[in-house]
Amino acid sequence: MANNKVTDQKKAYQSKVMMLLKSDKGGSILIAFLLALAVVVPVCNLMVPESSALYMPTYIVVLLGKYLCFALLALALDLVWGYCGILSLGHAAFFALGGYAMGMYLMRQVGDRGVYGNPELPDFMVFLDWQALPWYWFGFDQFWFAMLMVVVVPGLLAYVFGWLAFRSRVTGVYLSIMTQALTYALLLAFFRNEMGFGGNNGLTDFKDILGFNLQEDLTRVMLFLATVVCLVLSYLACRYIVRSKMGRVVVAVRDAESRVRFLGYRVEHYKLWIFTFSAMLAGIAGALYVPQVGIINPGEFSPLNSIELVVWVALGGRGTLYGAIIGALVVNYAKTYFTGAFPEVWLFALGGLFVVVTLLLPKGIIGLIEKQSGRFSKKRKIKSKDEALPASESKQALQRNQT
Amino acid sequence: MKTLQRIQEVMRRDRVFDFVVAKDPLASPLLDTSHGPILYLEDVSVSFDGFKALNKLTLYIDDGELRCIIGPNGAGKTTMMDVITGKTRPDEGSVYFGQRLNLTRMSEPEIAQAGIGRKFQKPTVFEALSCFENLELAMDLDKRVWPSLTQRLNGEQSDRIDEVLQKIGLLSLRGDPGERLSHGQKQWLEIGMLLMQNPRLLLVDEPVAGMTHQEMDQTAELLTSLAGQHSVVVVEHDMEFVRSIARKVTVLHEGSVLAEGDMDTVANDQKVIEVYLGE
Ligand SMILES: Nc1ncnc2c1ncn2[C@@H]1O[C@H](COP(=O)(O)OP(=O)(O)O)[C@@H](O)[C@H]1O
Ligand SMILES: [Mg+2]
Repeated sequence: MANNKVTDQKKAYQSKVMMLLKSDKGGSILIAFLLALAVVVPVCNLMVPESSALYMPTYIVVLLGKYLCFALLALALDLVWGYCGILSLGHAAFFALGGYAMGMYLMRQVGDRGVYGNPELPDFMVFLDWQALPWYWFGFDQFWFAMLMVVVVPGLLAYVFGWLAFRSRVTGVYLSIMTQALTYALLLAFFRNEMGFGGNNGLTDFKDILGFNLQEDLTRVMLFLATVVCLVLSYLACRYIVRSKMGRVVVAVRDAESRVRFLGYRVEHYKLWIFTFSAMLAGIAGALYVPQVGIINPGEFSPLNSIELVVWVALGGRGTLYGAIIGALVVNYAKTYFTGAFPEVWLFALGGLFVVVTLLLPKGIIGLIEKQSGRFSKKRKIKSKDEALPASESKQALQRNQT
Repeated sequence: MKTLQRIQEVMRRDRVFDFVVAKDPLASPLLDTSHGPILYLEDVSVSFDGFKALNKLTLYIDDGELRCIIGPNGAGKTTMMDVITGKTRPDEGSVYFGQRLNLTRMSEPEIAQAGIGRKFQKPTVFEALSCFENLELAMDLDKRVWPSLTQRLNGEQSDRIDEVLQKIGLLSLRGDPGERLSHGQKQWLEIGMLLMQNPRLLLVDEPVAGMTHQEMDQTAELLTSLAGQHSVVVVEHDMEFVRSIARKVTVLHEGSVLAEGDMDTVANDQKVIEVYLGE
C-alpha cells in the first residue's frame, strides 16, 4: 500500500515536470544533456582507469562545473532581461556575493590549519593584526547559515536596490548604469582590507567542505553533480515562473510597461520580485563556483564580468531560458580555447562576437537554429503560443535596442 | 540656474511635502455614487511647459451614462483621460470617482482596480502575448504578485474569455500573438480587454479609427449596450459615429468645455460652429 502511495506521488511529480517542459523542446534536450553529463562525468572520472581513452581528467570536471555555474548565472540574467526587460549590468555582483558567503564558510572550515594556525581567525585577519572575528563573520562556521546567506545577502541587496529603483520608475539605460555603479562600488569596497573580506587577495586556500577534502576527485565530482542539480532545478523553477500568469505579466511589462499599470497591476512589485529571485539564483551560482575554482576575490565584482554575462545571454538567445545556458557554455568554451591558443585575441573576439550578435543575430544561436530548421519544414506552422513567443520577443527586444 | 531654483523650492519653509500630508480622510475604497455622478472633474488645469492643455475643465459624468466628448485636435481630450487614469497629475482642480475616491491621490493601478478602464487612442496590446493571454491579463482577477504565480483559469473563466473573443471577432485568432493583428483588430482587442476588466467607468479614446463602416456600427452597438450597467465616456472625431450613439455630447476646446447638450443643440451652437469651421 505504502509503496503504491510513493509511486503515485512520484508520478505526480513526474507529470508536473513534464508539464513544465511541455512545448519546450530546447529545454527538454538541454536537461537530458545535463542529466547525461551527470552520469558520464562521474563514471569517466572515477571508474574508468586513467590509462583508458575514456578517462576524464579532474581538471576537465572542474572546468565543466565552472561552465555550469556560469550557465546558472546566465539563466538568472535571462529571467530579468529576456522576460522582464531589465538589463542588469550588475548581475556578477550577486554572483560574487553568493561566492563570498560560501568563501567565508570555507575559510572558517580551515580552522587552525592556516599558515598562522589561529583556530578562530582566517590568515588574512591575523596578518592584519586583528584580535577578534568581526561580527558579520559570526555564524559562517555553520554550513546551513552560510547557505542561507548565499541567497539572503544577494536577495536582500537586490530587494533594496530594486525597491528604490523600480519605485522611482528608473528604467532602460539609467537602470543599467545604476547596476554597473552598484557592482563597481562593491568592487572598490571589497578591495579594501578594512572590509574584512581579505581585500585584494580575497578568500582562498580552502581545505574542505562539510569535512570532505576539496582536492579529492570524489569531492570535485560531487560538487559537479551539485551544480547540475541546482542548474536543472533552477531551470524548472524559472520555467514555472515563465509559464505562470506572473510570467505573462512580466512579459507584458517588458513590452508595454505603462499599459500594464492601467490594467491594475503594480508593475514595480512584479519587477522587484523577479529581480530579487534572479539575484538569489546568481548567488547560488557564485556559491557553487567558489569551492570548485578554490578562490573568490574582488575581481569577480568587475563591471566587465557583468557585461560579458550579457554577451553570453545575447549570443545564446534571450527570452528562451535554455538559450542563455547554451550561450554561456559556448562562449566560455570559446574563451578557454582562445585564452589557451591566442591569449591576446580573446577580448577582440568577445567584442566582435557582441557586434555580430547584435547586428546579425538578434535572436542569438537559438534564433539561427530555429531559422535553419524552419527552412527544412516550411509547412510547420506556429500552432501553440509557446512556440510563437521567441520570435516575437526578440523582435520586440530588437526594437528596444534601437530606441 | 534651474537646479538652484529647484533646491530653493525644496528648502522653502512653507512647503509641505506630499508624504507628510495624511491621506485624504474621505478617501475610502468604496465607490459612492449616491448623488448621481460617478465622475467629478472640477476646475482641472494641466499645463505642459506653460501651455495649458486643460484650462479649468469642469465636467460631471452620471452613473450609467454614455457620454461623447468631441473637439478639435489638441483640445485636451486625451489629456483629460490621462488625468482621470492617473497618468498625468493636474496642476490644480479636483478629480473624484464617486464621492469619496480622490483620483489625484491614487496611482494608476489603484485607479484601475477601483473600476476605471481605459482604451488608448493608439491601441497598445501586448504584442508578444496571444489574444487570449491579452484578455487573460485584463480580466478582473487578483492582480497581486504572489497569487499570480499559482493562478489558473477555471473553465468558466476561460469560457468568458472565449465569449469576449467571439464578441470582438477574434476567436479564430485566439492563439495568435498581438503583433500579427491589423490596426483595426488591435482596436477590437483593446475593447475586449476593457470588457474583461469589467470596470464601472469606461474611457474610450477614439475607438473607431481605422475601422470599416460595418465595424463602426458594431462598435456603436457594443458601446450603447454597455451603458446603463457601466458608465461610458467616448472621445471621437467621427461625427457620424457620435451621432449614432450620442445622447449627451460635450464639446471641448482649448482645454475647457465649450458646449454641452444633445447632438442637435450642440451642432447648432454658434460657438461650436465657429470652432469647427475655423479649424
Ligand atoms: N506630454 C505632453 N507634453 C507636452 N504637450 C502635451 C503633452 N500631452 C499633450 N500635450 C499637448 O496638449 C494638447 C492637448 O493634447 P491632447 O489631450 O492629446 O488633445 P486631443 O486628444 O484632444 O487631440 C496638445 O496641444 C498637445 O500637444
Ligand atoms: Mg487625443
